[in-house]
Amino acid sequence: MNAKTRRLVTASLVAVTTTAVLAGCGGADGGSGSEGGVLKLWTHNAGNAAEYDVVEKVVNDFNASQTTYKVEIEAFPQGSYNDAVVASSSSKKLPCILDVDGPNVPNWAWGGYLAPLELSGGEVPLDDQLPSTVGKYQDKVYAFGFYDVALTMFARKSVLDENGIRIPTPEQPWTRAEFASALADLKASGKFEYPLEMGTGGSGEWWPYAYSPQLQSFGGDLVDRDDYKTAEGALNGPEALDWAKWFRSLVTDGYMAQKSGASPNDDFLNGKSAIEWDGSWSAAKNVEKLGDDLLILPPVDFGKGPKIGGASWQWAMSSNCAKPEGARAFLEFTRKTKYFTEFAKAVGTIPATDAAAAQIPGYEPGGRYEPLVRAARDFAVVRPVTPAYPFISSVFEKTAKDIVAGADPDSALGEAVKQIDANLKMNNFYAD
Amino acid sequence: MATRSPQPGATSGPPTAWRRLPVHATRVVLALFFAFPVVFMLVSSFKPDQQIFGDLAGPRAFLPVGDLSLTNYTAVFDRVPALRFLLNSLAVSAITVVLGIVVNSLAAFALSRMRWRGRKFLLTVIIATLIVPFETFALPLVWWVNELPWLEVNGFGLTLTEGWLDTYRVQILPFVAWGFSIFLFHQYFQSIPKELDEAALIDGAGWFGIYRRIVMPLSGPAIATVAILTFLPAWNSYLWPLMVVQQEELRPVMVGIQYFFQLNPSWGEIMAYSSMITVPVLALFLAFQRSFINSIASSGVKG
Amino acid sequence: MTAAVPLRVRLRRAHSITQADARRREGIAAVAMAAPAVLLLLVFVVIPIGLAFVLAFTSARLVSPTPARFVGLRNFAMLAEDPVFLRSVLNTFVFAALVVPVQAGVALGLALLINARFRGTNFFRTVYFIPVVTSMVVVSIVWTLLYQKDGLLNRIIEAVTFGQVEGPDWLNDPSTSLAAIVFMSVWQGAGFHMIIWLAGLQTIPADLYEAASIDGVSRWTRFRYVTWPGLRATRTFVLITITIAAFSLFTQVNVMTQGGPLDSTTTLVYQAVRSGYQQQQTAYASAISLVFFVLVLIVSLAQRYLTREKD
Repeated sequence: MNAKTRRLVTASLVAVTTTAVLAGCGGADGGSGSEGGVLKLWTHNAGNAAEYDVVEKVVNDFNASQTTYKVEIEAFPQGSYNDAVVASSSSKKLPCILDVDGPNVPNWAWGGYLAPLELSGGEVPLDDQLPSTVGKYQDKVYAFGFYDVALTMFARKSVLDENGIRIPTPEQPWTRAEFASALADLKASGKFEYPLEMGTGGSGEWWPYAYSPQLQSFGGDLVDRDDYKTAEGALNGPEALDWAKWFRSLVTDGYMAQKSGASPNDDFLNGKSAIEWDGSWSAAKNVEKLGDDLLILPPVDFGKGPKIGGASWQWAMSSNCAKPEGARAFLEFTRKTKYFTEFAKAVGTIPATDAAAAQIPGYEPGGRYEPLVRAARDFAVVRPVTPAYPFISSVFEKTAKDIVAGADPDSALGEAVKQIDANLKMNNFYAD
Repeated sequence: MATRSPQPGATSGPPTAWRRLPVHATRVVLALFFAFPVVFMLVSSFKPDQQIFGDLAGPRAFLPVGDLSLTNYTAVFDRVPALRFLLNSLAVSAITVVLGIVVNSLAAFALSRMRWRGRKFLLTVIIATLIVPFETFALPLVWWVNELPWLEVNGFGLTLTEGWLDTYRVQILPFVAWGFSIFLFHQYFQSIPKELDEAALIDGAGWFGIYRRIVMPLSGPAIATVAILTFLPAWNSYLWPLMVVQQEELRPVMVGIQYFFQLNPSWGEIMAYSSMITVPVLALFLAFQRSFINSIASSGVKG
Repeated sequence: MTAAVPLRVRLRRAHSITQADARRREGIAAVAMAAPAVLLLLVFVVIPIGLAFVLAFTSARLVSPTPARFVGLRNFAMLAEDPVFLRSVLNTFVFAALVVPVQAGVALGLALLINARFRGTNFFRTVYFIPVVTSMVVVSIVWTLLYQKDGLLNRIIEAVTFGQVEGPDWLNDPSTSLAAIVFMSVWQGAGFHMIIWLAGLQTIPADLYEAASIDGVSRWTRFRYVTWPGLRATRTFVLITITIAAFSLFTQVNVMTQGGPLDSTTTLVYQAVRSGYQQQQTAYASAISLVFFVLVLIVSLAQRYLTREKD
């Protein structure tokens, strides 16, 4: 009996595993969950109920509006979304519809993940959107977003007044010198260990998103955008060097923490810092806590005008979608002003169209949040439109962290340029 | 155990309270040292965010004082299907443990108590597999498991399906066979007298009978050790399920932590969720602690 | 050797079974019993590792429109010129060199401290074991908060020294960051090896201690001549397991420092993951993994050789 069982068990195990090994050599076709009329949709909103609820509403509306297709949502937590997509793509399991962080659009388009969008219908024309909310690569549109976010400087009016600091406007932002003297005054007031909260405790995409616009305002950039074939001159030229020295000086002058605490926004609200470089997503909470005392300020002009990063999450269609006409129908369906409005309302982001902005209290011209709309429209620079962006982003994150920690700016930027150029060259400048 | 573990300090002189005091004080200080981050986590899970950071600088960080509430816990359930994730992790970990014990002990039995060509070489290779950290071959593994077929029960028959992504089995099977477990069983089995096998063979028992009736019943301690050591990484697995599990219904607890890292993370909720996924393991450990530790202790690494 | 005796016995008693036949059966049974584990290891560990190593000689990328092609030793040539990689090798060895003796020592101390019968033995064992059962991600998050400049650790230092010593910004100072990670790693792992040491301690026969106490020797002498030699096998085991774990240092770094500041905490596995995932350089990451494997293999063999020599 025992011997029998043993033989049976081992034999079946052997059989199963051997077939597994042998059959494993065969190739797999890209079945993409397209049985019946089901279209899978992936979003990065797990754990973020406000935005998820709007996605769900849009999907429900679409499903109710017709009977041919049924969209099904799968939500992933933002921090692991990209890894999940890349892992699924390597096994040809991408859903028909997926969202994508704006700066990744060129990489995913180049890698063959995304299909170009040829949208003909939809209530809202693409031309009406903020440029940063349309994901393009090589003159083709691959993605569009319902909103953008904007970085801004939050401050207390009372604190600036007390220290005799001018309140900047979008027409007349702080200059570099003004900003320096403001920080010096705030530091001298003795009330703040670090007058400036830059969010240096963050990691990942936050670094290029938050700090490369400052580099651009100095006159540098992550890469030479003429042909995306080198970072030479852009990331290690005199302007970039100037930026790096300034960035480090914020630490050495005691204006900014080398690494912020776990919750920079709470620190600002608790009065630990005077000026906070943070996103539009914190605006509503700050208004609620500080009321009229809260200022939403434009970024500093370091020479080439005030800059912030553009592009947030956008929606796209995968190239292995078995029902592209269904995905297209869904995406066109979503292009209604009311959805643009609802996303922005629910999440506190900047609506991608003026028509939507006009419908949201606070975002209309003259409204409480108008500075954010203006920043997104007037100051936003999209991150380099190249498939090399994820690499460039990772190199910049490390380089900027090193500079803040006291690395020699010259050699740190030089090394970054060397690595980026080597990567560009090794990948044949991402021409394939 | 009692007769074999004298306190080295107690026999060398009159054991007075005076002599024992410093030793005991050391034990208490160390206990505080090992427990404090977990206490901090538990205590913080009942506090609002702003207070967590306000209290961070002093002893209040460890005291349940101030504005305490279950708000963070209710918020956790709003954000994450926590119960579902806990059940998933429990199921995946439990099955991994059970299969791991059977598969690895069988292999270790063959490697330690039976004579056949190539077993020494095989043991070396198995131990060498421990050197490579999982992170470094996770990507090829994703691609590879997706190429593997699987027999699916389909009504009355079996169909061969392709692709393992998005299943429970992909979270279990890669972690069943583990060099470390085989090594532990191997060490333990060697300490069981081989004469037992010989006697059984004479009585006409087969090798599987010896494994099942003689060696395994004597190996409770090794089984407990392997059970704990397999359970912990299974419970804590993060990178792998993230890459191979797409449906929310199949996700394990550690992936849930990412749900809390939004643009402005709520640390109170993070502490509450961390407590929720740590406490079951601690409770399990407490419930079995005597046999857990005693069994690891007596599984001995007698080399 | 040992099996020869019963086989003779068996042969005398059961004439129908030849020795060769029994051997053959033993071999078949052994292979059958080892097969499930071997096949699972083959499919889920050996083949993927092999694939990873093959990738090290190609141009494979995480995201790419074109298939990978062989590029010979290009990735290894790049490694040799990569200052961060070289720093990672150094850090990995420094970390292992610190963690292995410290963790083994602390764990042994803990084991000696509670290898006794007193009220609350179980309580203390459990408490010392708590960090082991807590997930490394959770532990790293908590310690990041404790290590902050104005965090609890520095407040304690301040209080203990009556404000004379101002603690450093542990994780943001290149001179303390790796030490901080070592400290926290030892804290997390010591409980486990305490149990292993306890196991070893309990295999030392009580009469050896009794003999020693009759001779009236000091505690140290007793430890030196009874306890320590009695722990020889345990020592090897503890050494090997801590070494393997120390070399694969990743989670703490990933959560707490991301390799910084100024590469002071970057490690081989961290770099492999960063290159492979964030930077999409699959082939380069595989090259790092292959170098890592070879290095750890060398160290393990050296360890085995050294410990064997003393036996």
